[in-house]
Amino acid sequence: MSKTLDPKKRIASRIAEELKPGMVVNLGVGIPTLIPEFLQQGNGVFLHSENGMLGMGPPPPPEELDMDCISASKHPVTLEPGAAIFSSSDSFGMIRGGHIDVVVLGALQISEKGEIANWAVPGTDILGVGGAMDLVPGAKKIIAAMTHTAKDGSPKLVRELAYPTTGIQCAKLVVTELAVFSINGESMLLEELAEGTTIDELRAVTDARFHVSTALKTWHDGN
Amino acid sequence: MVGGFGLCGTPFTLIDAIIEQPAIRNLTIISNNLGEPGKGLGLLLLSGQIKKAVGSYFTSNRDAVKAWKRGTLEIELYPQGTFVEAIRAGGAGIAAFYVKTGVGTELAKGREERIFNSERNILIEAIRAKAALIKAAKADALGNLIYSKSARNFNPAMATAADVVIAEVDEIVPAGSFDPEQVVTPHNFVDYLVISRYWKEGGVYVKNT
Repeated sequence: MSKTLDPKKRIASRIAEELKPGMVVNLGVGIPTLIPEFLQQGNGVFLHSENGMLGMGPPPPPEELDMDCISASKHPVTLEPGAAIFSSSDSFGMIRGGHIDVVVLGALQISEKGEIANWAVPGTDILGVGGAMDLVPGAKKIIAAMTHTAKDGSPKLVRELAYPTTGIQCAKLVVTELAVFSINGESMLLEELAEGTTIDELRAVTDARFHVSTALKTWHDGN
Repeated sequence: MVGGFGLCGTPFTLIDAIIEQPAIRNLTIISNNLGEPGKGLGLLLLSGQIKKAVGSYFTSNRDAVKAWKRGTLEIELYPQGTFVEAIRAGGAGIAAFYVKTGVGTELAKGREERIFNSERNILIEAIRAKAALIKAAKADALGNLIYSKSARNFNPAMATAADVVIAEVDEIVPAGSFDPEQVVTPHNFVDYLVISRYWKEGGVYVKNT
């Protein structure tokens, strides 16, 4: 595997390629928040933030900091030209009503059907859910961004979720530092494999079953 | 019911006023979060005046997690969009609604489920409060409100869904100063205006002593 980017940044940079001009995109917490640094300037992507912004820009320089202007991760941000401000109520109406093209979510586990677990770990305190459960059924397309394995090395792509599900709707694309999979609701298809990783090596760290695309691509950093 | 997302759009002065009245106890706070440790609603938690919190995300305040573990704080959790829609419904005279958010999850347990347009939906009852404490940037003398950027968040919905609505504002301008097109919360939703004791320094709200 190439060592040019750390795993989380590799994932973010690959997902940035999926975001096209004119798309309305919501980036969840965690790895998805790294994506803006890989979007070209003037990329034409409209970033939506569930606390009530469309057209969210990068963090401000320190002298322009304004804590009335924050992202859903509660970090200070700026507003792009043409941005709009609205209430939480309108924002979630936008999400549920299907007006967001792509949602990129971090995940704890993804099942081989694309079911997402990203809000709670069994046996720990469940005191927060935030907007995850709203984003999952609302988006036209869900992309999951996660490291291929957990910190203890256990697979995060699993046959069946062991963690509580975030909803019955599924991810269409999963990007890890090792591979890109598409999911059609029934099964996973390996579309791209990181340079220097073999399919056998990938299967060894993947509990979910997957097919291999006949048009499998090798994924190089920086392409 | 208390507006704000984290500390953004939080009525700090009104929260301080409750803390100054220790006889006010056993509050049920309807708010997305309980502020941050020792800040905003986090202060009201430390003063022991909160019995129950209803919202979407309490894990960002470790004091809330500790209080819940000790058994001194009850928590009722909603997905964030369902939470605000329940408040919107409460303010709009809608008793309950069906929504697809949360279907098939632990938060749907015990809720009635129905299929509409081939999609599973769960029933959510509206949320109302005795009092709403909200934060706006400016009011006119009638009580029309405008907000500042993402500090708008839950405030306009909460302004509609309580018996008494108190708005903390940075500034009160004469009635008629706003372009009617710009008013976000019309004045008939607002009962009282309080000038904030906080002001922004370097983009951060600090107490004006």
